[in-house]
Amino acid sequence: MAKYKMHVLVCGGTGCKASQSAQIVDNLKAVLAEKGMQDEVQVITTGCFGFCEKGPIVKMMPDNTFYTQVTPEDARTIVEEHIIKGRKVTNLLYTDPENNEHVSDSKHMGFYKKQIRIALRNCGFIDPENIDESISRGGYEALGKCLTEMKPEDVIQEIKLSGLRGRGGGGFPTGLKWEIASKNHADQKYVVCNADEGDPGAFMDRSIMEGDPHSIIEAMAICGYAIGATKGLVYIRAEYPLAIDRLQIAIRQAREYGLLGQDIMGSGFDFDIELRYGAGAFVCGEETALIHSMEGKRGEPTFKPPFPAVSGYLGKPTNVNNVETFANIPVIITKGADWFNKIGTEKSKGTKVFALAGQINNVGLIEVPMGITLREVIYEIGGGIKDGKEFKAVQTGGPSGGCLTKKHLDTPIDYDNLIAAGSMMGSGGMVVMDETSCMVSIAKFYLEFTCEESCGKCTPCRIGNKRLCEMLTKISKGNGTMEDLYELRNLAAVIKDTALCGLGQTSPNPVLSTLDNFWDEYVEHVVDKKCRAGVCKSLMSYEIDQNKCVGCTACARNCPVGAIKGEKKMPHTIDLAVCIKCGACIERCKFGAISIK
Amino acid sequence: MATIKLSESKIKTIKDICKSFDNKSGEVINVLHQVQGAFGYLPAEVQEVVAMELNMPVAQVYGIVSFYSFFTMQPKGEHPISICLGTACYVRGAEKVLDEFKRQLNINVGETTKDGKFSLNCLRCVGACGLAPVVMVGDKVYGRLTPDNVKDIIAEYNN
Repeated sequence: MAKYKMHVLVCGGTGCKASQSAQIVDNLKAVLAEKGMQDEVQVITTGCFGFCEKGPIVKMMPDNTFYTQVTPEDARTIVEEHIIKGRKVTNLLYTDPENNEHVSDSKHMGFYKKQIRIALRNCGFIDPENIDESISRGGYEALGKCLTEMKPEDVIQEIKLSGLRGRGGGGFPTGLKWEIASKNHADQKYVVCNADEGDPGAFMDRSIMEGDPHSIIEAMAICGYAIGATKGLVYIRAEYPLAIDRLQIAIRQAREYGLLGQDIMGSGFDFDIELRYGAGAFVCGEETALIHSMEGKRGEPTFKPPFPAVSGYLGKPTNVNNVETFANIPVIITKGADWFNKIGTEKSKGTKVFALAGQINNVGLIEVPMGITLREVIYEIGGGIKDGKEFKAVQTGGPSGGCLTKKHLDTPIDYDNLIAAGSMMGSGGMVVMDETSCMVSIAKFYLEFTCEESCGKCTPCRIGNKRLCEMLTKISKGNGTMEDLYELRNLAAVIKDTALCGLGQTSPNPVLSTLDNFWDEYVEHVVDKKCRAGVCKSLMSYEIDQNKCVGCTACARNCPVGAIKGEKKMPHTIDLAVCIKCGACIERCKFGAISIK
Repeated sequence: MATIKLSESKIKTIKDICKSFDNKSGEVINVLHQVQGAFGYLPAEVQEVVAMELNMPVAQVYGIVSFYSFFTMQPKGEHPISICLGTACYVRGAEKVLDEFKRQLNINVGETTKDGKFSLNCLRCVGACGLAPVVMVGDKVYGRLTPDNVKDIIAEYNN
């Protein structure tokens, strides 16, 4: 990297790519070439910076200037002003919403201040398609340390001491998992990376694989060394073409450098990695189902025990860890377990990556120490609720998790506290909702997802969730009774107790947590036939205020079903029998005369 | 077994793909990925050839095709439209956008328009939650949509 005096880092994450970041790169390169500066300034496409809300992001190195919401047209200004004249382009800088001042270094932004980046350490700093950049930031140092200075049992001991727990959702201690796999002797063992990120609203694993694929390869090799496996498999969603591409490039480069393959670093240790593609089945995130899918079967879970550590892929001992778990491993080895276990809470060590989304000002990918409160995440990092609305709930843990409310805002986030609050860590989706979200509809949304994704093997999940979903539909249509609410709770408890796999057992959580935290809202739907958020169409009726309506006919002209009648310049009326409650009239009315009752 | 109506060249393509995986039945998912990549979808007669080549029951191949949502037995439209219904998009109004697409194209989810131009599908999270709600047409991502944008998007592909 020596010959360049300046680097321009452009985010190539999915969100920024969708906002033309590739075009920004092309334009920057073209303008630099035009000025004859292509050998002085290097343009690098990096992984996700995390601050997706303000994307596309362009970062200037070495002065750390952080430009937000850059357009392809801005490329010329950046080159001519910043690079040539050394002046910051103020209109592209982030503006602090508190004091309206420009902030040029990301360190001083509310979004980044409280974050600690371990798993995401290289995302946004390196070109993920260049192994040298990874190595220059310490990549493969941990693997070298393991192979030359540590025995396999030392590696396992270090991971155990670190207190690292599985980041895919369950929170099983990683070191213990490795130890069990290491103690089962077999002619062949496997290391599997679970990259089948299926929670709707979660994209942390994808960002790690796209932004820092070498950290996964290195960690898998370390795991292989620790448990005595020579083969690694990454089970990755076919829906992530960019991540697949980058992993393939990274594996090829690692092989060329002798960091994968035979006799790695002259230590006598062999290890290689292959990719296996998922085909869109949520249940394949469950480790036994994932293994069956890798074997070319339907991805149905089986009863545990036997655990994969005893009998996994092709009947051999197999260790399955999630992407984010692996991303933590190299840092623990180089910096030591004592450094790692000082971060976090008593039983949950280190950091967690969350995908912050929904009705929040700063949507993006964040990595925070365990023990941070929801309030800090939502208001300090997330910048509060969009459009100044009221915070209502935050959903964590995806379809297996639950909704937390205002009363949980000051609860420190860790595995055990979230479970105690009726939700779970899950893989790290965090969807914030304001008063316009109806909790019955949210529960129904997740149940529809579960019904669609249930593999169908066990009855409680296949039929039980279907019944739950039908009851929720009945309630949202205004036909529910109080008995239905009690029956919801009963059936949910039965599914929790009797379903075969982890997904089935947690599938009623969205229903139970909303029943617990938003009981009044359910009762309103059932008794008063009202949906306070105005989401359940059957419970709404539209009305035109006869005093406010001036008879402009805008609503009548835009009603798709002709439900609005009235003479010009005379107050109009809605025929509720015809109205389909689409809301087109409200959007068109300039006089605020139409309201939902 | 039903008579296979595929052309010789198509059968050869399938056979070549199977061969590249050493005709191992354990590779059936990878084989199906590639076959779908070549033909766009996996009709029954294609599954029969795959089953024959990998020496496994057709029922098992069908079981896999119908289990995984990535595999489809219906041909997709020239411009497949996928609406993200991940949670982040859902709470930012993806359903309204979906309804508008259904209304304007006059098809339901999983269907293709009569002229074969558009097909409508839902997917769960593209990982572009910052742009929610998100719609993909082919490989192009459209973000921060409202029902009002739907008409323009369709028009973009209708010329």
